[in-house]
Amino acid sequence: MPVSVTNSKLIYDALKACDVKIMSALPETWLVHLIRMAEEDPAMKLVRLAKEEEGVGISAGAYLAGVNSAMLMQNHGFLASINGIVSLALLYRIPLLLLISYRGHWGEKDPWQTQGGLATEPLLRTLSIPIWHLNTPTDIYRRLKDAQTLAHASLHPVAILLSRELMWEE
Amino acid sequence: MLREDALKTIYPELEERIVVTIMGAVAAELYTLGHRHNFFYLEHAMGLASSMGLGIALVMPEHKVIVLDGDGSLLMNLGSLSTMARYKPGNLVHIVFDNESLLSVGGFPTATSTGTDLAGIARASGVLCVMEANTPESLKAALTEALSGNTLTTIVSKVEAIGPKSFHMDLPLLENRFQFKRCLEAMQRQSKV
Repeated sequence: MPVSVTNSKLIYDALKACDVKIMSALPETWLVHLIRMAEEDPAMKLVRLAKEEEGVGISAGAYLAGVNSAMLMQNHGFLASINGIVSLALLYRIPLLLLISYRGHWGEKDPWQTQGGLATEPLLRTLSIPIWHLNTPTDIYRRLKDAQTLAHASLHPVAILLSRELMWEE
Repeated sequence: MLREDALKTIYPELEERIVVTIMGAVAAELYTLGHRHNFFYLEHAMGLASSMGLGIALVMPEHKVIVLDGDGSLLMNLGSLSTMARYKPGNLVHIVFDNESLLSVGGFPTATSTGTDLAGIARASGVLCVMEANTPESLKAALTEALSGNTLTTIVSKVEAIGPKSFHMDLPLLENRFQFKRCLEAMQRQSKV
């Protein structure tokens, strides 16, 4: 499976540098290495979900207890989380660090991913969720740290879109 | 039983604990009994109270966390039972008030009114201890048992579909949120000393 181990490791290390201690995830191809790294790390609590929206509750709970979290999901998982994001995170001013694999965008071969790809950014913008397209490995550490800093200062969710060029090696 | 009576009976057990409630009647009734900074009322995001409780329980293992859920909310997030069961935090007690109704939005019957068995679903999801308690005394006993042990517990309590006249609470959502966060962080600091 040509998912980039190197770049997954850089993302994982950047999350550790952000002192992320609990991570919710619903598996998808691009996220396999990240999820495995979280599972193998005794200092990381990995919560495998039935549906991504649960992750909003878990991250909100962790945040209120003073613990940093991250949510790993496919963009369709973001679509499935929208009510939780609106009526928990936005309503109660809860910062969320959303790491979203950006399927259905440039270079997508799977037709079934394409509608989600088209809807992702317009919906993030509608919710005023700041977006960073993570495209280059040299950028990872800085952008994740900046995303978390902005989330905590603004008490608002932020989204890192994990791009094909970063996650997929062909 | 009336949920109001059930809450009154278990209030002494809730007083010092981290409590997350669902919206509407449950929130208003607990608030009326006496608000505490360790109570959080999730006034929307139906279904996510149990997920929030799970998140808190996982990062605060030294403290008990009590979720006051309802049938309508839990039916919206049944997957939460499987996630709770997967990680089995022994400090989490999940109470479900089942009034077989979406009372707060007009009293429409939920699927528990036609036979869906939430205790059965919790058991089949792998929740280690599932109890049914349909009187205030049995609920208090079940909660006391759950709090004295260290086993993930779901307690399902059938209650009448009767709520307070008003859901008004003199507590802005954000005030509750900031109070609750400060309270949890103080508890975290104390447990590290």
